[in-house]
Amino acid sequence: MSTSNQKNEDLRHTLGVLVENQPGVLSRVAGLFSGRGFNIESLTVAETIDPEISRITLVTSGNEQIMEQIIKQLRKLVNVIKVIDFREVEFVDREMALIKVKAEATTRAEALRIVDIFRGKVVDVSPTSYTIEVTGDGKKIEAITELLQHLGIIEIVRTGKAAIARSKKT
Amino acid sequence: MKLSGAQIFFECLKAEGVDTIFGFPGGAVIDLYDEMGKHEIRHILVRHEQGAIHMADGYARATGRVGVCLVTSGPGATNTVTGVATACMDSIPVVIFTGQVPTHLIGNDAFQEVDIIGITRPCTKHNYLVKDVADLARIIREAFYLASSGRPGPVLVDLPKDVVSSKTEFKYPRKVVLRGYKPTYEAHMGQIKRAYDEIASAKRPVIYAGGGVIHSNAAKELHQFGETMRCPVTTTLMGLGGFPAPHELWLGMLGMHGTFRANMAVAHSDLLIAIGARFDDRVTGKIAEFAPEAKIIHVDIDPTSISKNVLVDIPIVGDCKDALKKLLHLAEEHPTKNLETARKPWLDQIEKWRQTYPLAYEQGPDVIRPQFVVEKIYEFSKSKAIITTEVGQNQMWTAQYYHFAEPRTLLTSGGLGTMGYGFPAAIGAQAAFPDRLVIDIAGDGSIQMCIQELIVAVENNFPVKIAILNNQYLGMVRQWQQHFYDRRYSQTCLSAAPDFVKLAEAYGAVGLRAMKPSEVEPVIREAFATPRPVIMDFVVNPEECVYPMVPAGAPMTEMLLV
Repeated sequence: MSTSNQKNEDLRHTLGVLVENQPGVLSRVAGLFSGRGFNIESLTVAETIDPEISRITLVTSGNEQIMEQIIKQLRKLVNVIKVIDFREVEFVDREMALIKVKAEATTRAEALRIVDIFRGKVVDVSPTSYTIEVTGDGKKIEAITELLQHLGIIEIVRTGKAAIARSKKT
Repeated sequence: MKLSGAQIFFECLKAEGVDTIFGFPGGAVIDLYDEMGKHEIRHILVRHEQGAIHMADGYARATGRVGVCLVTSGPGATNTVTGVATACMDSIPVVIFTGQVPTHLIGNDAFQEVDIIGITRPCTKHNYLVKDVADLARIIREAFYLASSGRPGPVLVDLPKDVVSSKTEFKYPRKVVLRGYKPTYEAHMGQIKRAYDEIASAKRPVIYAGGGVIHSNAAKELHQFGETMRCPVTTTLMGLGGFPAPHELWLGMLGMHGTFRANMAVAHSDLLIAIGARFDDRVTGKIAEFAPEAKIIHVDIDPTSISKNVLVDIPIVGDCKDALKKLLHLAEEHPTKNLETARKPWLDQIEKWRQTYPLAYEQGPDVIRPQFVVEKIYEFSKSKAIITTEVGQNQMWTAQYYHFAEPRTLLTSGGLGTMGYGFPAAIGAQAAFPDRLVIDIAGDGSIQMCIQELIVAVENNFPVKIAILNNQYLGMVRQWQQHFYDRRYSQTCLSAAPDFVKLAEAYGAVGLRAMKPSEVEPVIREAFATPRPVIMDFVVNPEECVYPMVPAGAPMTEMLLV
């Protein structure tokens, strides 16, 4: 017999959770994670095409057994319609960041070059700053952040992850 | 025709077959109480809302039907929380209706406002805030369905005052449509076959059954299956009564205060068949050393229970009754040959364990031993009584020395361990079965936690019997302090106590006391012959301990035996 407290590696996993679009549902999901000591690394939620259903994409971490518990516990919530385990399917995921960076006469051109390389966009301009929008996976966002660092980042706002299965619709 | 929310409320209860509700009025539910008199429903007026929820819970456990309680907003609602959590941990079907301030005041810190939905979210199976009277009937229908289906549990419905007083067309929905809720009742046949093959070929199998067997009314099937497969059976506290205790295959309860033979059998088994149990820490002890040689089969209707604490070899999601029926069917079609001979060495070994350390105590002439009281209560009430307990030593001695033969005859707070549960639960059971003998086996500590409900027993002529094992201590904590904290009895001495006989009399009940062993039997006889509520105050050995005892976190084979 093996036991639950075996320490295998905690890996990061993405889950898609279809829920009934009702008040309090997000708090049921969040409360489940905090109450049972599971991690939430990021969480994104928005309505789907069907206005009665919302979709939560959440990134969590845990070993095999913890992941199994998380998925089962989510499925047990009465308002949860479906849980998609992205460990089982190929998927595409994206995050977005809005980065406000110092842009003075001497550094404006360099800022624009970096934005260009990362296929970002400048969405707001002031005499002393640019606000840049960039999308991609987590690594890409971290990479652009690192490059912009020496120009002087004023503020960063990042979204959680949105994920979708490749080819066939989940 | 349009009906008010209050009228709809009672029409829905009628449609659900509710005959009794336990409650306490208040400002936010005054419209419901005003409407109540026009309907044929029995309302038991409690003296504290915790009493109401425990009574509804006791009613549900004793009958298998949904228990219902009704309380007001704010403190009325929060007073039920302990009872809601109690029902949730033990999977008991109850529906709790709480009043709420009018919808336009919600969130304004109004008088007697509390976010009871937020508070009870983690300790209910589900809960609802009704924002529109048009949703009321559907929500009540869903609440009863959720409470009683799948793995049962408490469902709370919060009723704002304006919702209850406004009107709408009433139509009771026949069907419940919940997109995210479809419990699996049917056990998978492939898994059942795998399980059956393992059971047939196992050398040292043990069935470990829990409360799920009681909830799914599978005691008969469990009994049959145990006998057919010649398989010894142990149960958790919640499973007691699920297998007839005086039986050659019966091992007694397992776990922290389980019998020597039950814990030894599990520790040496090669196949553990868990049915409707959840590998609670009080059962497994040190998990790495729990059933180390065993393959594990686990039947449970709740998939989250499977492989939560212990990894399972053959998981079977489904209703215990369905799984056991299918296993029995296989046993009939493909009987295992020579089971009698095959199992003999294992059953002989278990018999040796039984003889090595049976549950035992010695009753001398001077001081009453609490175990003796429980055995005497068993002797004079067996097979016809419903027993409830409080929590602590009284509960464990009841589990050890009262031999439960029928399901739904032991009502006890297992998961949450709620002191104060037993007495209101006994009232709830008595409300359902006015002619049965209902006995709360209590401690002098826990009985004081809901003693105010005594007047409810008197007022309604519920002849509930309370047996206080009075050791003038919070005995179980004292026992831990004795063993693990060098006898530093910090705050566990209850020598300042009420006179329970006079207390009973003050409430209009009957009080009896036994100081000596010779007085135990006459007190029990007199109490059982009295058609009124009775408190029996048994003054017992103060420093008696519950044995066997496994220290928390130790392997189950490391039992303190005396």
